[in-house]
Amino acid sequence: MKKWDAIVIGAGHNGLVNACYLQRAGLDVLVVEKNDWIGGAAVSRSLTPGFLYSNCSYVCSLFRPEIMRDLELPRFGLQVISYEGGAVFTRDGDYLANYRDHHAHRREFARFSARDAEAYDRYARDVTRQCRFIQPLLMRTAPDPTSFRPRDISELLYLGKKFAGLGAAEMADTLRFWTMSISDFLDEYFETDVIKANFALSGIIGTALGPMSPGTAYVLLHHYMGEVDGSVGAWGYARGGMGAVTKALADSFRASGGTIRTGAEVEQVLVRSGKARGLVLADGEEIYGNLVISNADVKRTFLKLVEEKELPEIFLRRVKNFKMRGSSGKVNIALDSLPEFPALPKDSPCYRGDMHFTDSVERMERGYDDWKAGRWSADPFLDMVIPTTLDPTMAPPGKHFMSCFVQYCPPKVEGRDWTDADRDAFGETVISQIADYSPGFRDRIVHMEVRTPRELEAEVGLTEGNIFQGELTFDQLLFNRPVPGYAQYRSPVDGLYMCGSSTHPGGGVMGAPGRNAAAEILRDLSRGTKHMSPAHDVI
Amino acid sequence: MPKLSSARLTAQSHFRTLRLGTPFQPRIDALMKTNDWYDWGGYRAPASLWDEELEYFAIRSQAALFDISPMVKYRIEGPDGEDFLNRVTLRDVAKLKSGRVHYTAWCDDEGYVLDDGTLFRLAPDRFRLCCQERHLPWLLDSAIGFDVSVLEETEAVAGLALQGPTSVAVLREAGFAGVERLKVFDLAEFPHEGGRVTISRTGFTGDLGYELFAPAELALSLWDRLWKAGELRGIRAIGYTALNRARLEAGLIVANADFVTAEHAIRPDRVRMPDEIGLGFMVDLEKGHFNGRRAIAQARAKGSMRHVLVGLEIEGNIPAEHAIVYHKQKKEVGLVSAAIWSPMAKRNIALASLSRPYGDTITDDLWVEIYAMRELRYERLMKRARIVPRPFIKLDRRTASPPADF
Repeated sequence: MKKWDAIVIGAGHNGLVNACYLQRAGLDVLVVEKNDWIGGAAVSRSLTPGFLYSNCSYVCSLFRPEIMRDLELPRFGLQVISYEGGAVFTRDGDYLANYRDHHAHRREFARFSARDAEAYDRYARDVTRQCRFIQPLLMRTAPDPTSFRPRDISELLYLGKKFAGLGAAEMADTLRFWTMSISDFLDEYFETDVIKANFALSGIIGTALGPMSPGTAYVLLHHYMGEVDGSVGAWGYARGGMGAVTKALADSFRASGGTIRTGAEVEQVLVRSGKARGLVLADGEEIYGNLVISNADVKRTFLKLVEEKELPEIFLRRVKNFKMRGSSGKVNIALDSLPEFPALPKDSPCYRGDMHFTDSVERMERGYDDWKAGRWSADPFLDMVIPTTLDPTMAPPGKHFMSCFVQYCPPKVEGRDWTDADRDAFGETVISQIADYSPGFRDRIVHMEVRTPRELEAEVGLTEGNIFQGELTFDQLLFNRPVPGYAQYRSPVDGLYMCGSSTHPGGGVMGAPGRNAAAEILRDLSRGTKHMSPAHDVI
Repeated sequence: MPKLSSARLTAQSHFRTLRLGTPFQPRIDALMKTNDWYDWGGYRAPASLWDEELEYFAIRSQAALFDISPMVKYRIEGPDGEDFLNRVTLRDVAKLKSGRVHYTAWCDDEGYVLDDGTLFRLAPDRFRLCCQERHLPWLLDSAIGFDVSVLEETEAVAGLALQGPTSVAVLREAGFAGVERLKVFDLAEFPHEGGRVTISRTGFTGDLGYELFAPAELALSLWDRLWKAGELRGIRAIGYTALNRARLEAGLIVANADFVTAEHAIRPDRVRMPDEIGLGFMVDLEKGHFNGRRAIAQARAKGSMRHVLVGLEIEGNIPAEHAIVYHKQKKEVGLVSAAIWSPMAKRNIALASLSRPYGDTITDDLWVEIYAMRELRYERLMKRARIVPRPFIKLDRRTASPPADF
């Protein structure tokens, strides 16, 4: 019976990044994937002839350039096409645009407020300062503050030194940033509703909190992180949809000798004498390996795939209490022509960026109120993009694919499970919001895929459909992610590791958890990591 | 949200023109031969127009016309205008009489410089503040409790600098009667085309010169009036490259070139107090409270300011732009922020920021290391640098009253 050096559960982007690095270190690696296709939440599927959807994640923003380089993703076909702008439509028939050009951005804000137009520089300075503090931590294993190992102590010192390097005012800002709400934070810079709403959306995406909830300011930082080290083209569409990211990773993996098995759902991690020995698949087949690495989220991994008796009680309790609440849905739409938005000039670059309809923080917060009551938002927040304005490979000529990220959407509807009728009603809520701003929108629809937390969990395997495998609030970051004492990709079971977004530094199609986990595994095996580029300098 | 207005809708179209033209753009476009543009605060501004060398000499030998419309301008008006500006800026505005201009700066509460600029007292309770960066939120927040209005008027007001020995003659020829009576830093209003133009005897060149401000709609007729009057006085349009040489000879600093403004400094240690960039003379601790006063007073008392901005004269003739400054050719003590060979002083001059005590108590044995790229090879020079007073050139005609008719 073959025994693999390492078996990775799940062919999502982090699983594949991890597998690539291990394979390139000389290990014999198998990736098992329950679906008949690979990609996890970075996937492109064709559900209606001629159209390709980015079914889950829809933009490439945070993917680490160090990983793209190490794993030769451009060589394996990955192309990222930059965004050109974005807009928030206002209820009075206008819009607020985001332009890449600094002065155009200022002039756009000046249409709404002369004051806010000139407030942006200070806002950008403060956010950039905070990002520069956090960003270098992304590509490092978080230190264990309870350990006295030299490496942990030196990492803690590094963290302390970076913190001490901030001025007194920045230190105060840092603590405030980690704890305050995005709404309060923005109030310190801006006065205009739509301008605040424009920035606030980055504070709530993927988080079961409202813009007025403490902790949401940090979530905004997480979204800005990709840009501080001069990563050119930080935001963009992957040509061919987000599946192009995982396809390039899979091709890179196979080219280095790795093996992927699709249609292989894991039933259980085999544990003997406190050590992981392999997997049992749903059909009873056993696969053996020296190491098992799970790209599944921490709840799915330890509450479904590992027997409770193998785990310490306190660890289990903390995993159960890890916040990974379903808060969003996704609607993918095939259109037979480009929708019109009368508010937006036809030559606006905003068609080639992200569009939103929530023009005040208050409206966002009311949307969250619905979620707390167990309902999807009657007036949801949409992050809407039309990738086919830049990428002709996803739809037939003249036709378009539209992706709508929808927040808020609860894991259960008023305490009961989702039904197909609920799902359709949820989809209708989204369509009707778009149609309010785009006459004739319904007539253009060729096909729709509506995904609530139910579909996201059932298909992708994300518990409650949480896109970040655990919320990005400060109590669940760094050495507390996912569980104190287990923030270094290891678990209570020997030979069982984690490499998904549940681990530091968290979610987004970034690849950092997969890479950092590989570095820890190779360290445990006393193998070299020369094939891993050091993290970019931030100077 | 502000009410939907036709002005808000009309303004949507700005995205089609990323670099705006100024009110003088048709005239500048007509004279532009080098197509050498740069981005000045979102405007399409000329770096040079026809010959950057000759443009420089127009400043020193003739009359040079430079479009300063992109400069950020605020109108500050109200009974508390003086008190408000005393609260915001470093110098004592009570000493600035109506019809006068002074060069000043302003700081955040930590005493770090937000910008420098010129303050025009147009009337007892009406001011114009001109500067490089944008400060509306800071000015509005500082105005709380004062009976004063602050209005951003960059686009509405066109500005021209007319600099050089024949500038007064050009203005007089253009019919601005009595302009020769303006002393340095005086301003006065003159009629033009049914409106008014404000002329001040100010500038950024260290030469005899004037600045003219008019409503944007009067810009072209004002330009034409000067151009016609200047025909026999050698009037020339110039770009920023020429002006930059002149300002360096005059020893004047530029925000975000010679120092980093506090609202733009990503790295917290890059900010500077006035004393650290040669603006300590502006700080009036006697006039009452102003933004940053306590921090500056404390830093002075503790001697905790770490930098000093100096003028350097460097041996040889190779400009030392962005060169590192050394003590005894070994210890790194600072950086040159701007440097040229001065055509007027016939010297190699520079502005540099040094770390104290260098430039403060230790001023000898300073060197700069110049990397001069020549045909794909760095010629590395270690040259002696001497701290000298600014300005690097002093022209009597700048201050002569009445100015001589060249």
